[in-house]
Amino acid sequence: MDHSAERTLSTYLTGFVLAVVLTAIPFALVWGELLTGPAVYYVIAVAAVLQVVVHLVFFLHLNLRSTPAENLFFLGFAAVLIFIMVGGSLWIMMDLHHRMM
Amino acid sequence: MLGRLTIEAIPLYSWVAMGGAAVTVCGGLAVFLLITYLRAWKVLWTDWLTSVDHKKIGIMYVVLALVMLVRGFVDALMMRAQQAIALNSEGYLPPEHFEQIFSSHGTIMIFFVAMPFLTGLINIIVPQQIGARDVAFPFLNSVSLWLTAAGAGLVLVSLVVGKFSTAGWTGYPPYSGVEFSPGVGVDYWLWALIVSGVGSTASGINFIVTIVKNRCPGMTYMRMPLFTWTALCISVLIAFAFPALTVVAAQLTLDRTLGFHFFTNGDGGNMMLFANLIWIWGHPEVYILILPAFGIFSEVVATFSRKRLFGYKSLVYATACIAILSFTVWLHHFFTMGSSANVNAVFGIATMIIAVPTGVKIFDWMFTMYRGRIEFHPSMVYTIGFMVTFVIGGVTGVLLALPPADYLMHNSTFLVAHFHNMLIPGALFGYFAGLNYWFPKAFGFKLDAKWGIRSFWFWFIGFYLAFMPLYVLGFMGMSRRMEHYADPNWQPYLIVAALGALCILCGIICIGVQLYVSAKNWGSARDVTGDPWNGRTLDWATSSPPAPYNFAVLPEVRDVDAFHDMKIHGTAYRPPAHYEDIVMPRKSGLGPVIGAMAFVLGFAFVWYIWWLVALSLVLILICIGIRACDDDTDFVMPAAEVARIEAAHLAQITPVDMHDMRDFEPRGAASGTPLAGRA
Repeated sequence: MDHSAERTLSTYLTGFVLAVVLTAIPFALVWGELLTGPAVYYVIAVAAVLQVVVHLVFFLHLNLRSTPAENLFFLGFAAVLIFIMVGGSLWIMMDLHHRMM
Repeated sequence: MLGRLTIEAIPLYSWVAMGGAAVTVCGGLAVFLLITYLRAWKVLWTDWLTSVDHKKIGIMYVVLALVMLVRGFVDALMMRAQQAIALNSEGYLPPEHFEQIFSSHGTIMIFFVAMPFLTGLINIIVPQQIGARDVAFPFLNSVSLWLTAAGAGLVLVSLVVGKFSTAGWTGYPPYSGVEFSPGVGVDYWLWALIVSGVGSTASGINFIVTIVKNRCPGMTYMRMPLFTWTALCISVLIAFAFPALTVVAAQLTLDRTLGFHFFTNGDGGNMMLFANLIWIWGHPEVYILILPAFGIFSEVVATFSRKRLFGYKSLVYATACIAILSFTVWLHHFFTMGSSANVNAVFGIATMIIAVPTGVKIFDWMFTMYRGRIEFHPSMVYTIGFMVTFVIGGVTGVLLALPPADYLMHNSTFLVAHFHNMLIPGALFGYFAGLNYWFPKAFGFKLDAKWGIRSFWFWFIGFYLAFMPLYVLGFMGMSRRMEHYADPNWQPYLIVAALGALCILCGIICIGVQLYVSAKNWGSARDVTGDPWNGRTLDWATSSPPAPYNFAVLPEVRDVDAFHDMKIHGTAYRPPAHYEDIVMPRKSGLGPVIGAMAFVLGFAFVWYIWWLVALSLVLILICIGIRACDDDTDFVMPAAEVARIEAAHLAQITPVDMHDMRDFEPRGAASGTPLAGRA
């Protein structure tokens, strides 16, 4: 019981540190003007997605073994929908942008 | 003190608007006086408004939907009357007022008729179909109801205090921006959407959890009745699509109220993103409205054809396909915005593909009817009327899915005819079928069939009269939302359309008469068994109206047609060996209070009354806090009380009332076991 509680605490701490690092990186890049141009956007986007994964794994205890298949299915479905919505929006708006240039 | 709210807000600008305000105020006053006269306030508050029982919440949703249907229909009638007479003249409505009417008609019909109607039916039926005692979060359910009612209240109040939006029900910027629409109209529209949208999102999440977690033993996913399947699919759509609406409404609100530039050209804003975002919600919304109706048709067609639903699995897969495909077609609402041919082609093809699973469903329903013993109950008649009419709408939809054709017909009355052709048969006929089908389940007596059939014929004929001319007018070049016009060739068609609207008015009156006549003669049409139609699914296993706990003992399901299976094996209506205590959610006044505060919040935002915004927000947070700290939200109904209720119900049932299906036990090949002597 104690052992598992310890492990949970260490999991939370690892997650917290990772989350802070993933927040600090984009923040530092923008504040310190270390990167400019579209590269900043890509780094922020990647850090944001990793942040989501960190939250799911360390805080919501998602893994491929003990999480019920149902939950993984719904999560996968959510990922597909978000991909369609965000990807589709970017595609549509970029396309319009090119045609208006 | 009162922000921008002044005496100017009273609609003195036209006699029609004054009349509308007067009717709204008098209607509210009449209801108030009637309740006071009947001394029903206490009963209303303790038994209904504060209830967290899913069946009562569902009934209140449907009542809200029917009231708003009348309001939305009056708008439609006024538009048809205006266009019938406005050849080379101003008609009787000034443009400013006409614009408010078409905006409120669309907003009301989508958000405050269709949404509450389907949410109400799902609320009443789905827990019973899956053998559950309530939804997963009964209190949240009550909050959802009252947020929806608050949104409806904001639309109604806009008739009396101030004006409604003139920007159409989709409210595209830049016109809906503060530069071109500085008044309160668009704000009313936005806050009605935001407040009710939060309620809808919560309902969606509630239903997902209910269906995933609360199914009774044996109710696997592939044994869930089709209405439950459609409810699950649309709940997922709600959970993913409504956030897009909430975000886009919040962004436009920020633009209007705080001078942001999401959708204005300043500082990198882009108005086209609004069209993109609202239709990311808007297209799934179409299926949110239609899929539950498909579920109702599936239940009705199996029950009244006296046959097992044909192609159950294909219907489930078709529903799931439609649900996911509905997220891949949103651009077809703005083909003409100027995307390149490739983008338009992809979304056009995706749109046509959706017609395939829908076609599968139509064939499944027809094969269910094939060689069935069809009974022409009103709900079955609505179902057949739907099948015939919906196919026409589907065909025009595939036509509009071709981008080159859409360039010709976009924004024309052809489009108006198309989407009414989807939503009136596809959604509303389904809800009416559900109303006729499940009314005895909710109230314990059947609706009058004669008036039900009459209402169907008026709606059916009225629909064709009202919208077929609009298809023709679209080809003749008439664009939608015209306050007056100069082409005399259009007028005959518009007069026919107005007659169609009158016909539909008769249909609505018939529904009112049907409710009145049925309530008056309720004793002669009582449903003592809880199974008036010889139904097949588990919702017919409870009494009518069901006991607060639905099922005294959770049922054990062995088949898709769970209750039919019980009747065949003679296990229906059999009392269990003993009853157990049942834990029930306690009623709560916080739901209606939060709803009322949300209404005040929206109203205060519309009129910039900032102190009231802060006050209502704080009060809502306090309500949530009170609820969060309350650990005593349940009570226990003792086993003796359960036994008493169940005994009283079973004592009423005589063998004559029961549908004895024991003779229909499948034998030979029909039983599913292989015949002897064959491989």
